[in-house]
Amino acid sequence: MKIIVCVKQVPDTSGKVAVNPDGTLNRASMATITNPDDLNAVEAALQLKEQTGAEVIVISMGPPPAEGMLREIQARGVDRAVLVSGREFGGSDTYATSQILAAAINKLGVEKDDVILCGRQAIDGDTAQVGPQIAEKLGLPQVSYAAEITKDGDTITVKRMLEDGYMTIKVKTPCLITCIKELNTPRYMSVGGVFDCYSKPYEIFDYETLKDDPLIDPSTIGLKGSPTNIFKSFTPPQKGVGMMLEGADRATCDKLAGLLAAKHLI
Amino acid sequence: MSNYNSAAIEEFNGGVWVFCEQRQGKMMSTSFELISEGRKLADELGSKLYGVLLGHNIEGIAKELGGYGADGVYVCDHPLLENYTTDGYTKVICDLVHEYKPEVMLIGATNIGRDLGPRCAARLHTGLCADCTHLDIDVPKYKEFLRASSTLAPNMIDSIKEDDRNLKMTRPAFGGHLMATIICPRFRPAMATVRPGVMKKNEFDKAKADACEIIKPQVSLTEADMETQVVEVVKAAKKLVDLIGADVVVSVGRGISKDVEGGIKLAEELAEVLGGVVGGSRATIDAGWLSADHQVGQTGKTVHPKIYVALGISGAIQHKAGMQDSECIIAVNKNENAPIFEIADYGICGDLFKVTPMLIEAIKAAKAAE
Repeated sequence: MKIIVCVKQVPDTSGKVAVNPDGTLNRASMATITNPDDLNAVEAALQLKEQTGAEVIVISMGPPPAEGMLREIQARGVDRAVLVSGREFGGSDTYATSQILAAAINKLGVEKDDVILCGRQAIDGDTAQVGPQIAEKLGLPQVSYAAEITKDGDTITVKRMLEDGYMTIKVKTPCLITCIKELNTPRYMSVGGVFDCYSKPYEIFDYETLKDDPLIDPSTIGLKGSPTNIFKSFTPPQKGVGMMLEGADRATCDKLAGLLAAKHLI
Repeated sequence: MSNYNSAAIEEFNGGVWVFCEQRQGKMMSTSFELISEGRKLADELGSKLYGVLLGHNIEGIAKELGGYGADGVYVCDHPLLENYTTDGYTKVICDLVHEYKPEVMLIGATNIGRDLGPRCAARLHTGLCADCTHLDIDVPKYKEFLRASSTLAPNMIDSIKEDDRNLKMTRPAFGGHLMATIICPRFRPAMATVRPGVMKKNEFDKAKADACEIIKPQVSLTEADMETQVVEVVKAAKKLVDLIGADVVVSVGRGISKDVEGGIKLAEELAEVLGGVVGGSRATIDAGWLSADHQVGQTGKTVHPKIYVALGISGAIQHKAGMQDSECIIAVNKNENAPIFEIADYGICGDLFKVTPMLIEAIKAAKAAE
């Protein structure tokens, strides 16, 4: 049994975000992190490994420096890492990305017992599209927004969250599940794990590695193969600074209440 | 891979479609928002607007969509469609798209819409833009939008060619730091999931509802198509807070940490006086102080109430993305440099535990005086 976890390295948008004058993101000035939801997927994989003895493989598409992130994930207990990297893959939208990642997963081979885990969405694009699109490209059933996962033989039961409650869903392996933060608390790297991680298997899948897969075609990968294009990107205007009221006492509050009443807001 | 993309985009003349989500036979309010927005797009394209409604025994709720602007509704009724499943819903929708060829398809960006949308787009080999907050066809209208909502230089806006007829799908990226407008020029339907609570609902028109055409396509679905099995659907036991529908939202942030219960109680009291509900920043949800249905912001809900009060919220860009279009923003924060003050109409620099009780009294007094 294998568990394949898809992860993404993303700019840390929780801190200061730098935007270039032309409206693009100044990525060079920003720290990168492992996408938070993906760490929940890694943790879910490690817990399934403890239960079943499965091999856990982490896979990411990105530039070569993403090795550092993958090694850190190996230090948490993941057995093997694959970086999918090549200039032919650059500029891919979610459709093209899922074609490439699905081809890479095909290369690893999807067998009867296997499970593929993804984070729900990445904090740079917030699309939540790549997980379901990989599942479609691999012809596998999917369950998204997983808050609980239990495996019993070839049946996986998932608590799938909705805005107003949840669904309990049963699905047979092989399948793809996207994970949310309510699923678990990701473990830290262990000291031994950090010591060992650079001796664990690490591979790069480039265009040459994947090119024989029918999913890999110039018309379906990279910038040219992406169905969506950016028409314009821009920064939203800052709303004009409003009124800072003097003081913080009852008189201040009375003034504010008066202003609201004058605008018929109360 | 599907050879579907070989069809010429001109063949997709089946109008604008809106996937109208229902749960347990009740229409989600985002379906009405999207029908209203879809009406605008269909008018710009000079085409028709159709709702797409899947479920079991749901025909009775279809015509109401006409009251918000749908010319017709495709009603797909089948026992296997009673509960949402990725497999069943994707198959039926893709079959419909193949047959009737819409040029645009909108889906609410709910937990279900965001499961269904990408699966359909991948099968249909077309583009999907996630979680859109603004949609246009006509370039002059798009330019108007950019003039009001972007920092682009006027000459950059003026130079956009006016003949583009693609659906222009605008959405926040990088937590709202950037906005991107996406098009899908080579494939149809152009697909978008649309953030709930953002598009305005039209006034309901009874005559249009009565005139709405109901179309019942053949649904071919069998147990063999179903790879996932819904064991149960559980509604949250407690009533969830209706942030999106509220006229007033009083939100709390990390600033309540020294007395969480007291801070929430103050927010509840202020919300009661103003006739609103309580929300929270991501920090308060992550800390477990409030349940997830209270979350305002990029990963929570987008609200635009008449009054938004931010108590002890610093104003991270992710939070601002969910509330900055509120009509009147009031912020109370101890830190005079808190970014929330950059977008607040009225700011008070002070301790929320001291200011809020006085504000409650002041508002009570002002209301009594009217």
